[in-house]
Amino acid sequence: MSVQAPLIRARRLVKRFGELTAVAAIDFDVQRGEAFGFLGPNGAGKSSTMRMIGCVSPRSEGELSVLGLDPEHDGPRIRSRLGVVPQQDTLDTELTVRENIVIYGRYFGLSRRELHQRAQRLLEFVQLDGRSADRVEPLSGGMKRRLTIARALVNDPELLLLDEPTTGLDPQARHALWDRLFRLKQQGVTLVLTTHYMDEAEQLCDRLVIMDRGRIAEEGSPADLIRRLSTREVVELRFTAETPPVTAATFDGRVARIEALPDRLLLYTEDGDALVPTVHERLHPQGVLVRRSTLEDVFLRLTGRTLID
Amino acid sequence: MPYALRAYEYWLASYRRVWRGSLATTVVSPLLYLSALGVGLGTVVNRGRGLGIPYLDYVAPGILASTAMLVAAFESAYPVMSAIRWTRQFHAMLVTPLRVRDVVLGQQLYVATRVSLAAGVYLVVMAAFGTIHSWLAVLAFPSAILLGFAFSAPVTAMAAWLERDEGFNALFRFGVTPMFLFSGTFFPITRLPPPVRGIAWATPTWHGVALIRGLTLGTAQLWPSLGHAAYLAAWGCVGLSLALRTFRTRLVQ
Repeated sequence: MSVQAPLIRARRLVKRFGELTAVAAIDFDVQRGEAFGFLGPNGAGKSSTMRMIGCVSPRSEGELSVLGLDPEHDGPRIRSRLGVVPQQDTLDTELTVRENIVIYGRYFGLSRRELHQRAQRLLEFVQLDGRSADRVEPLSGGMKRRLTIARALVNDPELLLLDEPTTGLDPQARHALWDRLFRLKQQGVTLVLTTHYMDEAEQLCDRLVIMDRGRIAEEGSPADLIRRLSTREVVELRFTAETPPVTAATFDGRVARIEALPDRLLLYTEDGDALVPTVHERLHPQGVLVRRSTLEDVFLRLTGRTLID
Repeated sequence: MPYALRAYEYWLASYRRVWRGSLATTVVSPLLYLSALGVGLGTVVNRGRGLGIPYLDYVAPGILASTAMLVAAFESAYPVMSAIRWTRQFHAMLVTPLRVRDVVLGQQLYVATRVSLAAGVYLVVMAAFGTIHSWLAVLAFPSAILLGFAFSAPVTAMAAWLERDEGFNALFRFGVTPMFLFSGTFFPITRLPPPVRGIAWATPTWHGVALIRGLTLGTAQLWPSLGHAAYLAAWGCVGLSLALRTFRTRLVQ
């Protein structure tokens, strides 16, 4: 049993912007060394939560401690031990790759000599060491993201906060980034990330909370959430004409749940392949796909909506 | 090292990209102004003998003051909006140990540096043109920086408050340019019709011009000079508190 205090602890945490309640009394703990995720659609309150953890945005109500300190009084002290990868890049694109890291490191009070060494090491880590003297402007989106991560690591943070780290990147760039984050996790850096990509959450998170409209709907490991809240497999059907009306009775009780989306029908079942002949025989779909359940299905079950509208 | 100096370093680093062009402008513009207005226009104006002193001596401190105003206003307009909206560098600073006040002070310090560079060069050129008549002129240097602060702080607040950069057009067209032309830079404000004179009198530019002119001509008197300085400091301090407040609502909500 670990008796170590959590790295982040939130109780009844609230964030309001005027009339709007962005975060509505949420509780969570993040332990040292884990990769913790906030999964949810845009507007779920993920970024507001991240900004409170990052001591940029003051909380409206509730308790919050980060690294055992109170963000309200110890903002600069906490921030000196955090690494932050914001949703929107904040690189100075007129400066070079290396200058961006060095200048950022100066905000933490690190010496120039030290920073030049660290910049070299960090740029190697994110595979940008060949570009260190180039201006940032012409770099690809994925390279800029990797530079932002390198920059966030300049103060050797105990906790790395990543707000939608791969939004807007192509699949290859996303995988390259996940690989780097996975290595950081292996090195013992605690990761906290927000995402609306369920594959990202499944790839990176040991544990996550699913957020919707400012509240936490569920909490657990990706596998645990899928096991508890979905079936093992899903049969996805597409139709040329209108989706025929179906109920669980259509499939003799072999389907636990049915979701009708605008473009497809989802049948939740323990054994997808076994169901396919029945589906063809009774519904004549244009396309049939059998797949494993994902966090997307969990989210759909919890909120009745898909993650990306 | 104080946190504000860490923010200040960012501005110095980004100035390093443009310093050559900027320095050339800083040196060439006083030469152009003093030759054209002081020497060229001056020979015409001096025939009227209305000022009692050579026009070059009169106009040079006025242009020094307006240069301080222009540099401060420009450096606090687009670069500040950019650091909030385009490069988002202020956002980058605020996730590090830096606080809003460090970010604002670092930027103000940078503008003061730019103003002191311009004012320093200007004073040297003025001396070369023989327009400095008193050792008091040494005090014209901090006075120009103070005048810069009277502009940099409120313009920074405005830059943080504006939604779009079109607002700066209004600032420069209806604020800065008229102040450049009508605040005692080129002719005494006593020549203006009374209501306009009142407006000119209330501008920080006029107080800056009057203060600096007294110092380079050696005609400055203690209490009026302190009054001008206090008025400029008041503009700066009110602007600074507005800037801090606007930055807080913009950046750390």
